[in-house]
Amino acid sequence: MYKLKATILKDLRILVRDKVGLLLMFIMPIVLAVVITAIQNSTFELVNDNKVPLILDNRDTGEAGLQMVEAINKAGIFEVIPIGQNIAVPDMAKLMKTKDAMVALIIPSDFTIMVKAKADYMASKALKNFGVEGDTVAAPQRNIEPITMMYHPVMQESFRHSVQGALRSALQIVESRQVLSSMYFSLNDQPMPPGLEEDMLNNSIGINQVAVSRDGSRNVPNATQHNIPAWTIFAMFFIVISLGSSVVREKLNGSFVRLKTLPTSYIVALLSKQITYLIVTLAQAAIIFGIGIWVFPLIGLPGLNLPSDMAGLLVVLLICGWCAVSYAICIGVFAQTQEQANGLGAVSIVLLAAIGGLLVPSFAMPDSFKTIIKLSPLHWCLEAFYGLFLEGGNLKDIMMNLLPLLAITLIFQLITFWGLKKKNLI
Amino acid sequence: MSIPAVSIKELSYKYDGQSKPSLFHLNLVVNEGERFGIFGPNGAGKTTLMNCMTGLLEVKEGDISLFGEKITRHNKNIHRLFGFVPQDFSFYHELTPVENLAFFGAWAGLKSPEIKKRTNELLEVLGLTDVRDKQVEKFSGGMKRRVNLAISVMHHPRLLFLDEPTVGVDVQTRHAIIDYLLELNRQGTTLIYTSHQLNEAQSLCDTIALIDIGEIIAHDTLQHLLNIHGEHGLEGLFIKLTGKAYRDCDV
Repeated sequence: MYKLKATILKDLRILVRDKVGLLLMFIMPIVLAVVITAIQNSTFELVNDNKVPLILDNRDTGEAGLQMVEAINKAGIFEVIPIGQNIAVPDMAKLMKTKDAMVALIIPSDFTIMVKAKADYMASKALKNFGVEGDTVAAPQRNIEPITMMYHPVMQESFRHSVQGALRSALQIVESRQVLSSMYFSLNDQPMPPGLEEDMLNNSIGINQVAVSRDGSRNVPNATQHNIPAWTIFAMFFIVISLGSSVVREKLNGSFVRLKTLPTSYIVALLSKQITYLIVTLAQAAIIFGIGIWVFPLIGLPGLNLPSDMAGLLVVLLICGWCAVSYAICIGVFAQTQEQANGLGAVSIVLLAAIGGLLVPSFAMPDSFKTIIKLSPLHWCLEAFYGLFLEGGNLKDIMMNLLPLLAITLIFQLITFWGLKKKNLI
Repeated sequence: MSIPAVSIKELSYKYDGQSKPSLFHLNLVVNEGERFGIFGPNGAGKTTLMNCMTGLLEVKEGDISLFGEKITRHNKNIHRLFGFVPQDFSFYHELTPVENLAFFGAWAGLKSPEIKKRTNELLEVLGLTDVRDKQVEKFSGGMKRRVNLAISVMHHPRLLFLDEPTVGVDVQTRHAIIDYLLELNRQGTTLIYTSHQLNEAQSLCDTIALIDIGEIIAHDTLQHLLNIHGEHGLEGLFIKLTGKAYRDCDV
């Protein structure tokens, strides 16, 4: 026990004096957590609070064009910049640059005529199906010329789909209004009263969003709740840079020769490294969580809400930390040089983070990745954290995430032991 | 008859991938209290022999015993009997001498009070008291050599292996180290020493073995070997027995 204590003390001293290593282990993940949460939060606000600048070229002079403009304005996510009619497409692209607009919309000149023709046809068809006699209207002679949406190429696909969805809703309102007007006119031989039209169109049913939680709480997940656990895991595993190098450095420098000639097994040294760096991973988590709880609200980001099962959180942290440490030692035992340990360690952690769902949500990954995801220890760490932070679960609820994580950790330990034996290090 | 400090019987050693063995049916006895020098040209097998005796290399053919106890991979207790001063600096440069001695002392099996006492003694004897709390990485080569030596004798070993313990140091430090080693020997520590500094070796060793191409070509007291070969110094004896040709080209 005294040997282990002395070894832990030695490892802690070396760790504390390695300023670059400390910077990598503590400052880098904190910066990552703050920057990425801020970016994701601003993206969320961009979609929900801020308005997307949209250049609108309404070439139609009829009422449907005006209704379309009104519906786009009412959608609430666009800052409409109206421009003169008939701007050529290349000029529109230039205009988007000068006006700093992400989207431009061209409503064709015969928009009202074609929407009305389509609405009359649909209304006549519907009334006939209802058994109401009326004038038979022929289908429009040609298809409606589509509305053209131009977008900045930097706009991400998901964001573009959101914009497209909002425009489609606006178009739906215009088309529905025309169909209703046409049906009302066919039945009553007079235009629909404006009040009735408004009632019918604006009386839509709202959507109540409820985040599903295991503990029945109604906390709405935000960018902080997603990012802090994810980047804490990343930070824990990123100790591979410091710990992997430390194992390699000890193997390569003379101190290892002396350790082999002393009456103590090298397993004590590895045990010490596991304990020392497990403490480091817990410290990383404490600091990042602390920043999420106390610093984030001060800089305008949502604060972190800790899960109700704190004992469960501690268990998850310990197992995740142990897995990260085991992985780092495994890399250190097999790497021949510090460069190998650093390169292999860093690249593999980024890869494991990517396939583990830290960079892209695992539910958004293709089916072919579903099995590979399960091989990443970071995936199981993330699932366990999300079970506590987002779903309001307890230790029992996330046990099925912890068991695979423990199994992966044991595999790392066994590989390390085999490597040490093979290299005559123990 | 007392048990020898080192007894080597029919030791052969071949590295993986090498066609010729580095050590070939080697037999050697080092008695307790001797100041024993192992010399030979580059590639003769000195380092391999030293690594076999300290357990750094696993002996597969032949036997090595230290004070009657056979060296095996799992016999960690035997490591309490000896200390090893490797040619490279074998400590943590980020730590101070006190911290290095505390760590390696614990690994050698000492407890806290003994470590403190022994640390103070060694730092005093080796002139490191003033820098006891400074990081070793800032030390001169001579100071690092003394730290290297202090760690090796922390646990009062009965046998001390020394691989080029004074390489790269100034005359003053070399004298201080040699004097300290002679003092240790007077107190009963057996020394097994290897170096290319033959003048220094002559002042330290009383018995020597010359090794070449994995075999011992001469083994006796230094004085007797000088007498029978009609040489005045170890360097002359060395050249006479091993020749003037380069040897490391064969490695």
